[in-house]
Amino acid sequence: MAHGAGGKAMKDLIEEYLVGQFAGKSFAPLEDQARIDLSEIIKHDNMQGGKLAFTTDSYVIFPLFFPGGDIGRLAVAGTVNDLSVGGAKPLYLSCSLIIEEGFALDDLRKIVASMHETAREAGVAIVTGDTKVVEKGAADKLFINTAGIGLIPFGVEISAGAAKVGDYIIINGTIGDHGASIVASRQDLALETSMQSDCRPLNHLIQSMLVASSEIHCLRDATRGGVATVLNEFAEASRVGIRLYENALPIQDETRGICEILGLDPLYLANEGKIVAVVAAESAGAILDAMKQQGFDQAAIIGEVIAAESPQVTMKTIFGGEKMIDLLTGDQLPRIC
Amino acid sequence: MKYVDEFRQPEKAEALFKAIDNLAAPLSDKLARAVHIMEFCGGHTHAIFRFGLEQRLSKSVELIHGPGCPVCVLPMGRVDDCVALAERPEVIFTTFGDAMRVPGSQKSLLQAKADGADIRMVYSPLDALNLAKKNPDREVIFFALGFETTMPSTALTVLQAAEGNISNFSLFCNHITTVPILESLLDSPTFNIDGFVVPGHVSMVVGEKPFATIAERYKKPMVITGFEPLDILQSLHMLLVQLQSGKPCLENQYARVVQKAGNIPGLMAMQKVFELREKFDWRGLGEIDKSGVKITEEYAAFDAERKFAVPNLKVDDPHECQCGEVLKGEIKPWQCKVFGAPCTPQNPLGALMVSSEGACAAYYSFGNTKELLDKRQEARPTK
Amino acid sequence: MCLGIPGQIVEIIDAEKKLGKADVSGVKRVINLACIVDEDNPIQSTIGQWVLIHVGFAMSKIDEQEASRTLQLLNELGEAQREILEMELKQQ
Repeated sequence: MAHGAGGKAMKDLIEEYLVGQFAGKSFAPLEDQARIDLSEIIKHDNMQGGKLAFTTDSYVIFPLFFPGGDIGRLAVAGTVNDLSVGGAKPLYLSCSLIIEEGFALDDLRKIVASMHETAREAGVAIVTGDTKVVEKGAADKLFINTAGIGLIPFGVEISAGAAKVGDYIIINGTIGDHGASIVASRQDLALETSMQSDCRPLNHLIQSMLVASSEIHCLRDATRGGVATVLNEFAEASRVGIRLYENALPIQDETRGICEILGLDPLYLANEGKIVAVVAAESAGAILDAMKQQGFDQAAIIGEVIAAESPQVTMKTIFGGEKMIDLLTGDQLPRIC
Repeated sequence: MKYVDEFRQPEKAEALFKAIDNLAAPLSDKLARAVHIMEFCGGHTHAIFRFGLEQRLSKSVELIHGPGCPVCVLPMGRVDDCVALAERPEVIFTTFGDAMRVPGSQKSLLQAKADGADIRMVYSPLDALNLAKKNPDREVIFFALGFETTMPSTALTVLQAAEGNISNFSLFCNHITTVPILESLLDSPTFNIDGFVVPGHVSMVVGEKPFATIAERYKKPMVITGFEPLDILQSLHMLLVQLQSGKPCLENQYARVVQKAGNIPGLMAMQKVFELREKFDWRGLGEIDKSGVKITEEYAAFDAERKFAVPNLKVDDPHECQCGEVLKGEIKPWQCKVFGAPCTPQNPLGALMVSSEGACAAYYSFGNTKELLDKRQEARPTK
Repeated sequence: MCLGIPGQIVEIIDAEKKLGKADVSGVKRVINLACIVDEDNPIQSTIGQWVLIHVGFAMSKIDEQEASRTLQLLNELGEAQREILEMELKQQ
């Protein structure tokens, strides 16, 4: 790929691969900035004074292509979800690509197409972008940076510190699927499986949850570090205890198989299509219904918020013992002992 | 999952918990202390903590977690040797995930990897051999770790390498044996364990005889045990029945996997490739006679220790460490002076914090008793 | 060094190298069968067999009858405990 900074080659790359896929006429594609009529944003505000939500993230994952997705889908879904878990309706995204020299054009096309498709699925627009090509070794194949804006309606107050004793913990489906599929797809482990990542945008789900109940206290997607990490964050911020019930955790057979073979704990494996919600007990039923109506038939209540002297997360095992679910130091490694 | 779920049925456990308590209470009264049962193997320790079994037992039974954790007893000097081998530019150093975080005197394998050494995790020694075949211009070294359970797989891999004339593959052999350490514990005058949960997968390889001999010589109840929670509970019950009857012997609870004679093809491969070392160093326990194995002369071409020079230095644990006392069951982990402060899984000082199934690490991460919670609070900065 | 998982052999990959494919809860992997085959137990006879898998090797065949017997003992213990409990309740 003989593209240095600037020059005709770069312009062609942007126009052919990036903007050509993303922009509608209204975003001034050939200017240095996207231009959005304020009315387009304000119309989502319910006129009582909501908030603009604004997020950014960088995706430096390996492998770039995994069962059920790729870095492009991950980047768009991840940004959409980061906005949505704050209660925002996600609206517009930017996307920046840093490309290592020699990266296959075909792969780039696939990834960009994937971003376009995921954005369409989520109902958001990628309105501006940038590409830079760097010399070999200066980047690991492809890095994607995104930013996203959305609108949080007035009255929606979701925060990690808002959990209350008596609240229920709800998840929209099986745990650890993304992490398990990534581990399983590692060539050196030679595991054969049809496991797919659960990577997907969750904004439609979250909107339907917000319609179902105004008592969603905490909401986060359980990405790196898994469900265990998110729950520790909630416990710490809200200064509460959280008790999980092992027999309530939804898990796929294949995720279990991978975890048993490699000695991994699914509570710490990444999810890219799962949110953990802390909700008022009375609302739990309505929220579960909303999830199931959106097609998440394995949504479940997995625990509750309890009073505690100091923040902690515990789990009642299937044998009735209670053990700590602490934060991990570093990543889980497969073990033989 | 077949052969797993049936042995994880909580309803069946309830009866076992009650039966165990009924047997243990009078025994404990007679001893004027709790009945002490030691599970030797790290895999059993892990299962006990994973399923929260210890908490469901009454005060009449106390589980003492033994030294059967090959990662925990890996001396720091040997980790330094691994790092030295891995840092050679021609070497691809392969290892199980368990060993990656063990700190050497300078760094762990994980840190050495971050610093640029070509260190790769493998699931099987055969994967390491395949790497050697695919990379004929590099030297592939496999870090052979574990008790007898893992020796057949390592030995068979060496035999395969020999058959295929693979010249760029070798082992850094750190295999250790079970019986000498058990005997060393049993010989200690302060040792007061009443019965043993015997490692089921070691027995799967070596058969019943080595443990039957110990049961007879030391007159201790011993039960070869599987790794599911119902296996462990059934084994505890069997041990207590033996104590009650006063007739200690070896029993096999894991008969669905363990045969009396062990695994013959595995043992034959081990005999060809390995022989006992005179002495071997165990972190926290010192040197134990005839407790480690090395590669035989016939397969010397596959011995990394002969092929490459290693520092081979003995590195002592910090003097505050009380790992040895915990390993022998003399003190509980949280009674160690440095437990939790500064010795934690993130910052391990000694052997038992290093691996996730070391007794101290298991208690620190999973344990739920008040003493433990207090210790953890002390160590954490309040926000 | 104890992490062994039961799996079922579903295919023979290479009879000479003693390699087969095992299924663990829907996840498949090639494993070495050298520890469980000999003249009396040829490799083809292992298809369908449940084995204990450790670091890529089948280390032992799982004996279905022994497994049933172990579970049966557990059931009997459960029964015995229930009877004891009933007697205790009657005495109260």
